[in-house]
Amino acid sequence: MTITINNTELAVSPAKAISIQNVNLCYGSLHVLKDINLEIQPGEFFAFLGPSGCGKTTLLRLIAGFNNAQNGRVVVGGQDVLEMPPWKRDIGMVFQSYALWPHMTVARNVAFGLEERRLPRAELEKRVAAALALVGLSHLAERRPSQLSGGQQQRVALARTIAIEPKVLLLDEPLSNLDAKMRVEVRRELRELQQRLKLTTIFVTHDQEEANTVCDRIAVFNEGSIQQVGTPMHLYEKPANLFVANFLGTANILDGKVSGAGSTRSFEVEGGGSIPVPEGVEVPAGSKLVFRPQYATIGTVEPGAVPLNGTIAHREFLGATVRYGVEVGTGTVLVDAPFHSGDALLAPGSRTVLGIKPGSVLWLAD
Amino acid sequence: MAFALSSNPIRRMTARPGQVLAVTLIALFLAIFLIIPAGTVIYIAFTEKGTGALTAVNFIDFFNTDLFRRSFFNSVYVSAMSVVWATVIALPLAVLTTRFDFRGSLVIQTLGFVPLIMPPFVGAVAMQLLFGRNGTVNLLLNDWLGIRIPFMEGLNGVIFVQSLHYFPFILINLSTSLRNIDRSMEEAAQNLGSSGLRLFRRIVFPLAMPGYLAGASLVFVKVFDDLATPLLLNVKDMLAPQAYLRVTSVGLTDPMGYVISVILIVVSIFAMWLSAVAMRGKDYSTTQRGGGGLVRRKLGFGESVIAYGIVGLILLLVLSPHIGLLLLSFATVWSFSPLPDAVTVAHYSRVFGESSIYIKNTLIYASLAGLIDVVVGGAIAYLVLRTKIIGRRWLDWAATSALAIPGVVLGIGYLRTFYGVTLPDGTPLATLWIMVVLALAIRRLPYALRACYAALQQVSESLEEAAENLGATKQRTIRRIVLPLMTGGLLAGFVTSFSTAAVELSATLMLIQSNSDAPLAYGLYVFMQSPAGRGPGAALGVIAVVMVALCTLLSHYVIERRQKALGMAK
Repeated sequence: MTITINNTELAVSPAKAISIQNVNLCYGSLHVLKDINLEIQPGEFFAFLGPSGCGKTTLLRLIAGFNNAQNGRVVVGGQDVLEMPPWKRDIGMVFQSYALWPHMTVARNVAFGLEERRLPRAELEKRVAAALALVGLSHLAERRPSQLSGGQQQRVALARTIAIEPKVLLLDEPLSNLDAKMRVEVRRELRELQQRLKLTTIFVTHDQEEANTVCDRIAVFNEGSIQQVGTPMHLYEKPANLFVANFLGTANILDGKVSGAGSTRSFEVEGGGSIPVPEGVEVPAGSKLVFRPQYATIGTVEPGAVPLNGTIAHREFLGATVRYGVEVGTGTVLVDAPFHSGDALLAPGSRTVLGIKPGSVLWLAD
Repeated sequence: MAFALSSNPIRRMTARPGQVLAVTLIALFLAIFLIIPAGTVIYIAFTEKGTGALTAVNFIDFFNTDLFRRSFFNSVYVSAMSVVWATVIALPLAVLTTRFDFRGSLVIQTLGFVPLIMPPFVGAVAMQLLFGRNGTVNLLLNDWLGIRIPFMEGLNGVIFVQSLHYFPFILINLSTSLRNIDRSMEEAAQNLGSSGLRLFRRIVFPLAMPGYLAGASLVFVKVFDDLATPLLLNVKDMLAPQAYLRVTSVGLTDPMGYVISVILIVVSIFAMWLSAVAMRGKDYSTTQRGGGGLVRRKLGFGESVIAYGIVGLILLLVLSPHIGLLLLSFATVWSFSPLPDAVTVAHYSRVFGESSIYIKNTLIYASLAGLIDVVVGGAIAYLVLRTKIIGRRWLDWAATSALAIPGVVLGIGYLRTFYGVTLPDGTPLATLWIMVVLALAIRRLPYALRACYAALQQVSESLEEAAENLGATKQRTIRRIVLPLMTGGLLAGFVTSFSTAAVELSATLMLIQSNSDAPLAYGLYVFMQSPAGRGPGAALGVIAVVMVALCTLLSHYVIERRQKALGMAK
């Protein structure tokens, strides 16, 4: 299959699946990756998301061949790659620092991988031109990397990797060295490019917004293991545990315990208030009550909602919404109220009531 | 911005009387002992002998003379080949220590500096005995294989001795460059399908190129300017020896010594310019973006054996001048045999007895030179970094320009400039021992100046401002805050100056008139002229090496302790 950019053709191999099976990695006594299992579909734009030190970059580097697993398999396009050296894997990686070689021009940087593959000169020049056209940098081919802006350097790094027609594409925090405005622009471009190339892509980031906006599916990492895998919406709506709920978006967490049984179960919030547990909902041991700030009303209790009394501790005006901090029992929750012109705001220190629908809350454990 | 706001622009623009005085004194010092002598040499090279008219005829004469043409090409050839061989020695050591998990790394890095603490000419005689026509190695080779290798014949000897001596310059610079390469540079290449030697040739070495060139150009200049080594090896058809011989045998009025001096200066400047051009815009140091230096690879068993073999061989070679010197200093007779016939300490007792004047002179000269360097260097550093006084940059440039003036040239300049100036009792100024001290101080000033810069940069300006804010004047702030905090750096500058001045010969050879004024290096040179003097000469050499090594170690120890005490250690 080929795609055509500015009258030049760039070959694209059919998308490959990545299968990671029972991968463990230790540095001495430090267990960095704990029994990782992951199936990434052909052509998928996949994110590894997690705080720094969670193992996401370690796993990416393992796929590229820069880390060694103690056991397990990494199968790319039907082939186990773990025993292969990095230079035999054909797995394209864009480095966080871009790693452009300062002693070569942009064109020589992009040509490097092709030269290593001993491509005939004419074919090589054609593919360099196509790769540069793909990222819109044909006019900068003879520049040195140091003469380019951060965004341009990033695109050169991408072109350099795509030129070798890799089986899959790995992006290590590709947006972290860009300023906020460029970041939004480049992530859209990345998404577009990936859609055109249909290349299986893994994107490592610690920024949930980046992961949500560009990726089809996300694996959330913490302390060396995968917490949950799913689409951005699924992870937001149905987090599997407290960590995922907290890491993706803002979550209110209230301590308490379940009392009663069967259809009369209810969750007693520590320090006051109780919320009935709908039938059929599973509440794991040690669970806490979790809801998003926009899923509660403040000052009013709609039909079907449960009242929860509290005191307003602070408030922030955010434009479209007003975010209130409300002390409920022994904890503090955040509640977003839509703001309409002329609305009077509630004063900190005043007593208020929260309306919570039992259907929109979750009970999650660690 | 905070920096600009915190300093009072009015105070900074006005020079204080003390600063003006300092600038004037330093300017006078540099003018009299560097600019005027060097300028005189250049001026005379371009004037006609007798009439004093400006002319280029001296240079035409130079290139029309067979001997000088040959000397010129020999100097270029020897310098270039020394760079090549120094590279052959330094490259494997640099790669092994920076790219592999190699236990010998520390040994290499320590021993890599050892050659620098002994001037090349000191080892030259010992090298004759080890590698010469009838030296240890060739005698053994002849016995076993029936061959002799002309290590030390003519120019080969100079190249051999110089490359063994100066390779650390390449090793240090290249290792630093290699360590500054971010590992992602290498990983990106592997990711794109490159590995092994090809990856080294295409990515790693080009990235380390600026450091390599800096080291290589330094080696070139040092070898090109060196006078003592070729003289001791009896190689006379090179530029520096020719300049020396013209001035000492034909006389101070002969223009050829000056023409050669100008050529030495031009080549020095050219080599430095070349390395500056090569470095421009190529600060390839990439580690600041995180990720750390290159990945160190573990060596397999076979590889380890080969690596240790190579390193052992190189280190043996590098240490051979020292070993040879040590053997020679204890030898009764060592001639036509692989090892000395018998052992004696007579040479040492002779050196410590009648020749102890050399050691005493050296200690005095080198200490004085080091002291002058630290005072002048510290003052220039302060003026440049902490004041806005007019002319401070010129002082910096003038002091640094001493890098381009070889010792021979400075010596000739002093002779010419100060010979006519006589003291009341009729002795020419140029023959006073203090001239040797001044020449040594000028020659070492650029290095001491860098050390002073570094020391002052470590002292945060806000510490001074705090003192001034609490009522201390400029002078008292310098005395109570700046100087105590700079002590480590100043000491480092002093030791660098001291230890290199202690073994410098080029300028000394020109300026010393009597044995009683001679420093150790000169005495060594005189001893080494005769076969009977070799033993005591070697003993003197060993003493010089030990002295310099002890000073270096001591200063390292003192500086480290001080930095720890001040909590400045990294």
